[in-house]
Amino acid sequence: MTRAAPNPFRPDPVRATGRATLALLRGIGAVAIFAARGLAAPGFSPRLLAEQLLRIGWLSLPVVGLTALFTGAALALQINAGGERFQAGDVVPAIVAIGMVRELGPVLGGLMVAARVASSIAAEIGSMRVTEQIDALVTLSTDPMGWLVTPRLWAAILSVPVLVGVGDTIGIMGGWLIGTTTLGFTSQAYLANSWAYLETWDVVSGLLKGAAFGGIVALAGCWFGMNAGRGAAGVGRATTNAVVAASVGILAANFILTGLFFT
Amino acid sequence: MSAPVIETRGLSKSFGAHKVLDGVHLGVARGESLVVIGGSGTGKSVLLRTILGLESADAGEVLLDGEAASPAVRARFMRDFGMLFQNAALFDSLPVWRNVAFRLLRVMPARQARARAVERLARVGLGPEVADRMPADLSGGMRKRVGLARAIAADPSVIFFDEPTTGLDPQRAAAINLLIRGIVTEAGATAITITHDMTSVRTIADRVALLDQGRVRWQGSVAQMDEAFDPMLRAFVRGEPLDWGPLAGQGRQG
Ligand SMILES: Nc1ncnc2c1ncn2[C@@H]1O[C@H](COP(=O)(O)OP(=O)(O)OP(=O)(O)O)[C@@H](O)[C@H]1O
Ligand SMILES: [Mg+2]
Repeated sequence: MTRAAPNPFRPDPVRATGRATLALLRGIGAVAIFAARGLAAPGFSPRLLAEQLLRIGWLSLPVVGLTALFTGAALALQINAGGERFQAGDVVPAIVAIGMVRELGPVLGGLMVAARVASSIAAEIGSMRVTEQIDALVTLSTDPMGWLVTPRLWAAILSVPVLVGVGDTIGIMGGWLIGTTTLGFTSQAYLANSWAYLETWDVVSGLLKGAAFGGIVALAGCWFGMNAGRGAAGVGRATTNAVVAASVGILAANFILTGLFFT
Repeated sequence: MSAPVIETRGLSKSFGAHKVLDGVHLGVARGESLVVIGGSGTGKSVLLRTILGLESADAGEVLLDGEAASPAVRARFMRDFGMLFQNAALFDSLPVWRNVAFRLLRVMPARQARARAVERLARVGLGPEVADRMPADLSGGMRKRVGLARAIAADPSVIFFDEPTTGLDPQRAAAINLLIRGIVTEAGATAITITHDMTSVRTIADRVALLDQGRVRWQGSVAQMDEAFDPMLRAFVRGEPLDWGPLAGQGRQG
């Protein structure tokens, strides 16, 4: 029996799928190695970490706080409108609290940080790449991973949970504002109701999500910045890719983590 | 004779289909100053980058102190090394003095490193008031000189200079040429300098190499350079205009 030689011009779906899968796995492997090296690269400097904590954490507070405030307020209006259909208007505080803490706080906070931070990290590191500053680091016996990636990764992993915690609180306050001004709750009843149904794990799981999302944001920024193409166009592409990858990564990770935590 | 500090054997590098280096053989002895000349775009900067491992070579070998350049050998080499990049490559998030003192800050207190940085800035003709400015606020020639100060800040024993005088006025260029020559003669450093400026070549070089079409076309001492028969070298040394065809030559009529 003879077998026909493969025709290079005939589309072969099996082969194409295989190739795409292999490329995807190679990509994931490369990013994983990059992340591991970034977390553990030598040359830790408290000064650099503090600088990044300031830039990633502190300076993101206004954006994350405003997002949480409006989200909590809108959520209270929605739950009230929906709940009234079956006379359940008084679940508003509990649902706002649980919804903020478990889902909306981390996800929306993460997405806002992705927009603000993944882009700026990618643009900064990318322009350092194209102006040979990264090469200059190497000639000065400094590992660019330790100097640039490590502080950003750790700063994001450490500060985004704090941002999420602050966001959760402000979000609940947004709900409280609507609850007490337009939905007829007393301040005391609203807060007591929020508190009563909230479990520790609701809060902790949300903060853990925040840490994961922070890692994803910084990783996306650093990866696309370090691998930026040449010239201003290369930096522009790196920035766009970093924000898109960080946002999609956050939503995908949220789905996976929610599955892990709550089933 | 001891092994050359830097040696390349058949070094080749392509970007896609574009072959930039095509078998470069070069050696630099300890304490020697090699100047690499060649037309714009012939791969001089790529040669330095490939020696340093900033670009991976497609073929050939780099030997540092006689050892094949593995990552560990390169890391050891870099510890006593300085480089001036063609575009200075200053860290624009750091003030000038932290750029210059970058290496020093790891081995001495900040106050001392700063004093040393200011002294190095003075050696390239920049006053102490420049120390606290940010690189983005400097002129091109100033940035280049800050890059030079950074390259020599820790008194490395091997230094690469990629076009140290480009963008400088003739007097500052002459001073920089003397500075580089002094670093080689007095401090005994080993240097590779890329330049287009024949005055620089004559001041800085112990030996000259002409790069063309990805290979070392000619190499020898400055005295040999002036007597060489190689037509391309002679044209280069005298700065004879290239002929780019009928349209480009119009300015030369009359
Ligand atoms: N990363 C890269 N990707 C693609 N091509 C490159 C890259 N780096 C350099 N080249 C090409 O390699 C060639 C040599 O570049 P190189 O910078 O070494 O020139 P040079 O001899 O230093 O020129 P000049 O004197 O103008 O600085 C050029 O044609 C350049 O376009
Ligand atoms: Mg060059």
